[in-house]
Amino acid sequence: MSIFIDENICNGCKGLPEARCERICPGDLCYRKENLKAAIRDQSACWTCACCVKECPVQAIELKLPFQICSNGSSLKVRLRHDKTIWTVWDAEGHQEEFFIQARSLKGD
Amino acid sequence: MSISYIDTDILIIGGGAAGCFAAVEIYKRAPTCKVVVMEKAHIERSGCLAMGLNAINAYLHAGQTPDSYVSFVERHFEGIIRRDLVYSIVKGLNEAVKDVEEMGLPIEKNEDGSYKVRGKRSIRIFGERLKPILAEAVQRTPSQVLNRVVATNFIYDGNRVCGAFGFGVRNGVFYVIRAKAVIVATGGASGIYKPNNTGEARNLLWYCPWNVGTGYAMGIRIGAEMTSFENRFVALRVKDVNAPTGTIAVGTRSKQINARGEDYLERYYQHLGGNKCLTHHRLLATVEEKKIGRGPCYLDTTTLNEAEERRLKEDFLNMNPQIVLLWANKEMNPRKKPVEIQGTEPFVVGGHCQAGYWIDVERRTTIPGLYAAGEVAGGAPKKYVSGSWVEARIAVITALEDIKGVVLKDRDDEAILREKTRVFSPLTKKTGLSPVMARERLQKIMDEYAGGISMNYALHEERLLEARRLLKSLKDRMGDIAAINNYTLVEALECIDRIDVARILVEHLIYRKETRWACYQTRLDYPEKDNSRWLTFVNSIYNQNTDEIKMVERPLSS
Ligand SMILES: Cc1cc2nc3c(=O)[nH]c(=O)nc-3n(C[C@H](O)[C@H](O)[C@H](O)COP(=O)(O)OP(=O)(O)OC[C@H]3O[C@@H](n4cnc5c(N)ncnc54)[C@H](O)[C@@H]3O)c2cc1C
Ligand code: SF4
Ligand code: SF4
Repeated sequence: MSIFIDENICNGCKGLPEARCERICPGDLCYRKENLKAAIRDQSACWTCACCVKECPVQAIELKLPFQICSNGSSLKVRLRHDKTIWTVWDAEGHQEEFFIQARSLKGD
Repeated sequence: MSISYIDTDILIIGGGAAGCFAAVEIYKRAPTCKVVVMEKAHIERSGCLAMGLNAINAYLHAGQTPDSYVSFVERHFEGIIRRDLVYSIVKGLNEAVKDVEEMGLPIEKNEDGSYKVRGKRSIRIFGERLKPILAEAVQRTPSQVLNRVVATNFIYDGNRVCGAFGFGVRNGVFYVIRAKAVIVATGGASGIYKPNNTGEARNLLWYCPWNVGTGYAMGIRIGAEMTSFENRFVALRVKDVNAPTGTIAVGTRSKQINARGEDYLERYYQHLGGNKCLTHHRLLATVEEKKIGRGPCYLDTTTLNEAEERRLKEDFLNMNPQIVLLWANKEMNPRKKPVEIQGTEPFVVGGHCQAGYWIDVERRTTIPGLYAAGEVAGGAPKKYVSGSWVEARIAVITALEDIKGVVLKDRDDEAILREKTRVFSPLTKKTGLSPVMARERLQKIMDEYAGGISMNYALHEERLLEARRLLKSLKDRMGDIAAINNYTLVEALECIDRIDVARILVEHLIYRKETRWACYQTRLDYPEKDNSRWLTFVNSIYNQNTDEIKMVERPLSS
């Protein structure tokens, strides 16, 4: 598995013609099911690029590594702010590490 | 299904690094020019830059001259590069980087405001948002961006490219776009060879899995001259997650060690230059260590301190978040365990290596009306992201000049119907030949007969001739490829394009009878580099009517 979508958190991007994750995935893998919850059409086609993870406004999507290459169950989520990217990484034991990284220079920088 | 007709002055195919930069550049120079950008995904996160970047790998620091830079690239490519193209890129690097900085890209700086030197020719950036920043710059122009429209072929009248056809993945619409000039910027090709990850992880590639070489294939089909496909690129990457090793090696000066903890480049590969060897020799040495039984090989990160580890993670989050997931695991912590490295499957790319359209220094391809920039353009390796921007600028300047006096070609309804039928035919098939089957067949043939991972990248005539034969028969089966929806239709078209690219690649590999770039192109039957015969470009021209591939040689200085 490369991404995990938590249906309890996903709000289906209600009101938008296209869900945000669906709009952004470079491989066109995300879509909305009939119940308006997001899904990935083919896990094996996922690049693990995290674009959908970044785009989801309610952090319903987690990035993971396929079991084949990593069996320990770490995961990460991302929040985008205008000028920075905030990453939360969990290891197998649930320890969490956060990163605040500048992503855009503001006018006058 | 409906057809959408659009007329424009300049059509840009592929809204990646080069395509976005080109669109912005056109409006700076010709504010009234009409531009359409046709993008397979969404320009906000598409192509190689979708995850972001942590460095700009081509930059001219103080103390370097364009000449010294060109000589460096020439040495790394064993004497074969288009000096004129590389020179034109180097001259424009710093200006292009400045332009993107002004769009909002944060770059690491010294206190005096100059860029900090990362490596001899690179700078460190905080580029997680690089692609959205480029896309916003495009959105501030009046260009018409067609997201989720996949280019399928050029509109070609036998002499000139007059636009392109596209398939709208979301709306199912067939696009017919007429233009006075077309700039192709679709990137390189992945998925030609069997990757080292399989099954559920099969697309955890280094290169963007959706750059499948369609831009090459469209050119091949109209007889555009292609160069140096045999100069494949095999990347030395962090095992399984395929994260670039340069971030670690350049960022922390970690040494490459083998399973015995030896600095193997220094100890066993002095004849190649030890730690100062060429990029492909680093890979060669690593492959050799594996064969001899001294692998796996690693980057020794165990000397890092905590702050360095954190900085490294930040750099990777800006470009390859997967490796940080790998490290979020006690046994894999880079300060406790050195980072294992290995070669990827081969890719066909013009940004790290030099496979692509044969172009003049103004970025004209051999077909009038068609210009190439970025990974899809050949002859200028090590251009990376900043070189792709420079090429986009040059192509724009040329196209704007060339379209003066050009009028749009009359619509050819017969050609439109022909292409529309070709594009949609997989949706009408029910034979059971799926895109997955076709892709796996192609990748198996290439892996086993054209020097993939399982062959340690090595090539020789007998196997290549078998690859030629098998690819031809695979191509003949493509009339049966079936799709059940728009998504699988795109996959089917991708297979067809990849096979066209693979067939050209194999002819190039057969033709060059020497070993020029170890691993990228190792001929077991011609193991030596032969400067008396092969200091030349190997080019190809395909004839769609006869299905013949003509090989031609071009001198180094043309
Ligand atoms: C993982 C990775 C890391 C890299 N790291 C660095 C780095 O740190 N520093 C550096 O300088 N360089 C780096 N590079 C190289 C750099 O990203 C590329 O050289 C550069 O992006 C090439 O630009 P391009 O426009 O040719 O291709 P891309 O930027 O890939 O753009 C191609 C575009 O064409 C679109 N497209 C493809 N097919 C079609 C079609 N049929 N119809 C319509 N659109 C299509 C794609 O969706 C994409 O948007 C990296 C590359 C990769 C893959
Ligand atoms: S991680 Fe990337 S490739 Fe995978 S579903 Fe999300 S956006 Fe698509
Ligand atoms: S972006 Fe988030 S909330 Fe919107 S559909 Fe996707 S997963 Fe659900």
